[in-house]
Amino acid sequence: MRKWTRRAFIGTGTLAGGGFVLGVAGVAFSPSRHSVVADDAATTGQLTTWLLVTPDNLVTVLVPHCEMGQGSQTALAMMAAEEMEADWNLVRVKEAPATDEYANAYIARAFGGEIPARFGRAFDYGTYRVARWYGTQATGGSTAVRGTGRYGMSVAGAAAKEMLIAAAAERFGVSAGECKAASSRILHAASGRSATFGELASAAAKFSVPSNPVLKDPDTYTIRRTARQRFDIRSKVNGSAVYGIDFTLPAMLYAAVEIAPVYGGKLVSVDSTPAEAMPGVKRVVRLENAVAVVADSYWHARKAIASLKPQFDDAGHGGVSTESIFAAFDQSLGAVPDTPKNAATLVTADYRVPFLAHATMEPMVCTARVESDRAEIWAGVQDPLNARSAAAKALGMDVERVKLTNLPLGGGFGRRLPFTYDYVELGARIGKAMSPVPVKLVWSRENDIQHDYYRPAGMARFAGALDQNGMPVAARCHYAGGGDGESVFMPYAIADKRADSRDASHPIRTGAWRSVLNSQHGFFKESFIDELAHAAGKDPFLFRRDLMSDQPRFRAALEKAAAMANWSTPLPAGEGRGIAITESFGTIVAEVAHVTVSPEGGLRIRNVFAAVDCGDVVNIDTAKAQVEGGIIFGLSAALLSEITIAQGRVVEKNFRDYRMIHIADAPQIEVDFIRSDAKLGGLGEPAVPPIAPAVTNAIFAATGVRVRELPIKNHPLARRTT
Amino acid sequence: MPISVTINGHAHTLDIEPDTPLLWALRDTLGLTGTKFGCGISACGACTVLVNDRAVRSCMFPISQVDGANVTTIEGLAVDGTLHPVQQAWIDQQVPQCGYCQSGMIVAVTALFKEFARPTDEDIDATITNICRCGTFVRVRRAIHAIADAGGREHA
Repeated sequence: MRKWTRRAFIGTGTLAGGGFVLGVAGVAFSPSRHSVVADDAATTGQLTTWLLVTPDNLVTVLVPHCEMGQGSQTALAMMAAEEMEADWNLVRVKEAPATDEYANAYIARAFGGEIPARFGRAFDYGTYRVARWYGTQATGGSTAVRGTGRYGMSVAGAAAKEMLIAAAAERFGVSAGECKAASSRILHAASGRSATFGELASAAAKFSVPSNPVLKDPDTYTIRRTARQRFDIRSKVNGSAVYGIDFTLPAMLYAAVEIAPVYGGKLVSVDSTPAEAMPGVKRVVRLENAVAVVADSYWHARKAIASLKPQFDDAGHGGVSTESIFAAFDQSLGAVPDTPKNAATLVTADYRVPFLAHATMEPMVCTARVESDRAEIWAGVQDPLNARSAAAKALGMDVERVKLTNLPLGGGFGRRLPFTYDYVELGARIGKAMSPVPVKLVWSRENDIQHDYYRPAGMARFAGALDQNGMPVAARCHYAGGGDGESVFMPYAIADKRADSRDASHPIRTGAWRSVLNSQHGFFKESFIDELAHAAGKDPFLFRRDLMSDQPRFRAALEKAAAMANWSTPLPAGEGRGIAITESFGTIVAEVAHVTVSPEGGLRIRNVFAAVDCGDVVNIDTAKAQVEGGIIFGLSAALLSEITIAQGRVVEKNFRDYRMIHIADAPQIEVDFIRSDAKLGGLGEPAVPPIAPAVTNAIFAATGVRVRELPIKNHPLARRTT
Repeated sequence: MPISVTINGHAHTLDIEPDTPLLWALRDTLGLTGTKFGCGISACGACTVLVNDRAVRSCMFPISQVDGANVTTIEGLAVDGTLHPVQQAWIDQQVPQCGYCQSGMIVAVTALFKEFARPTDEDIDATITNICRCGTFVRVRRAIHAIADAGGREHA
């Protein structure tokens, strides 16, 4: 009976070294009832917590979110340090372990409406209990800063400051009200005495956690709203960062796999002898839907897997193709949506977007060491607790017997979210077959491109009507491939707006891809509004703006992007600007693309201007980086990327046919933020949805060619002679 | 037959199959995991290293071709603990996001500066074909120009 416990985690040294964890529950701050205190707090000094203050006066922020390049570990540390009044140079960050205490539930805050303050803690406690029971520690939905940061880290930092002040007041024999925190010290101005956080930490931890700490006035921020270097950058420029693929154990073996090419297919047979005869091969492992070769090096495993000719069944989906899926979409959409009979102008259009792969630069990797009564897993995942559950289930073990260590992710974009842990399950099963020898499973790029949880393909059929003044009176669509209230929302004052989902199921495995449903619908709806503007003979920016009188945040972002792009200045022939705006994950992003199209149809994206309203910005530099990255990510999809299906299987194999843009294709990007009184919005995803329609709208402005189907590479752009 | 190769200034003898790609020899035989596996078909550049000062995509470069050569990986760019100017520019401009492609990107840019004293945008576009999925291209370009402005090849 060896279970992994939090004590074992501490015992491994992760929190050892004389550290004293300040008693700041990361969940709710009514300590008598709601804070989650470990049974052994008195002996270890650890309460369930995100903030660790050590005698060397360092504050270590334990962040319950993964790092995949989005920078939110640094941003969350900034939010805690701001409220604590910590000296930023004395702040460190560490990813919280995959244990139940670090389940995170603030995702509910990010997606929910505003909770009345008096119910806030009860809500947080309730969702925490759910998250803990459910085993969730997810990083996704652009929620870390706007959820965990706003409702958790900031509050934890403020509570910690009050506890440190209480400890100082007691030591100085003065009232707490006479003390203040600054630069990782508590000062008593009247007497000139002061003590560091490190000196006060153990005394502070004896105070109960304040239930209602006072947060700072944003106008007094000194850390937030500035640009701070990320903690993880240095390790990523000197090669020292250890991603999942870099993790090694003594005597570890390596595995390569071939997986049933049609999703749902099973291994029928495989002759293992060719692989078994090859150098370094230890074993050929037959799994339900895959065959693996385990060898003494990854190269040996890779060579040997290529020697096998496994037979898989096609789960009855061998007839599925891109064409059959879109034919079903087309049929489900039915007739063009109804529009008012007396309209002056009727506009109709169909739009299509393909399946897309996440194509994280680090392929899927899982290292497993499975013993008779427990297992250890090392991987890079967006939800360590859910991945731990997946491994436990695959192993047939109680979840408490499985320990998962999360490592920095070489890209996530939704590929490593909960319930996408096929690679963890495969790794665990291979580890079980080789027990107790540890095995590292490394997917090939072909495995990755052909076995993703794809961005769903989609199709929309629009009809719109303009009155005799060119004002839109209706904009309706039927769509297939998924959508929700946020993604189909159009911020325009059009009397009759409707979006109806039509069911057209298919067996292709889909998942959340950076910006989820907004990438499809951003293209659909912002293309269509542009078509309405042109049908009305109006400037696409002014047309949109004049429909936003009751949407001041949208209007401000649209106007800002247009101003950044000098929208109204004329352009030479063959150049065009396009504008698009979407709200996703609580953030409004307006983008203007400026393109050139040569007479032969050669497209160049020269500039992109982005105006972003995410309420307030925590780390200005990483916030900009996320917008820049989102635009580039969205541009690859707009211009080049597609997953196609033939005979039930994915056609594309690697980066030569699943294409992404290079630096030569990347535009100049200018990003500006609008500070508004809105709730904090997310930043990892919201820059993606507007870029495709901004580009296709710009192509139309430059050429008169309307692209209604992505990627643009499939569409001839030779300029129309008019 | 064993292969002799100098890697980051240290002499090594590799007694593994000569068709083994340099990438896997670096990562699995020598434990130099800073060089990354991205595609295995020389398409993405995550595995870029210098072989005799030339940028090479190591995932398809058999070790038989490095016999007697000098190989520099991301781990070998810093000198006596001082980062290479390209690495420093990457910190100054906060280029990496997930960072997985950046070892290859940084090594490719050090090779760019060996070819061009002060690379122009056209030189960058023609030479740097590494894929970065996070989309750091804006900052990669900015960092290259910052090095060029600070003295170019002499600085890098």
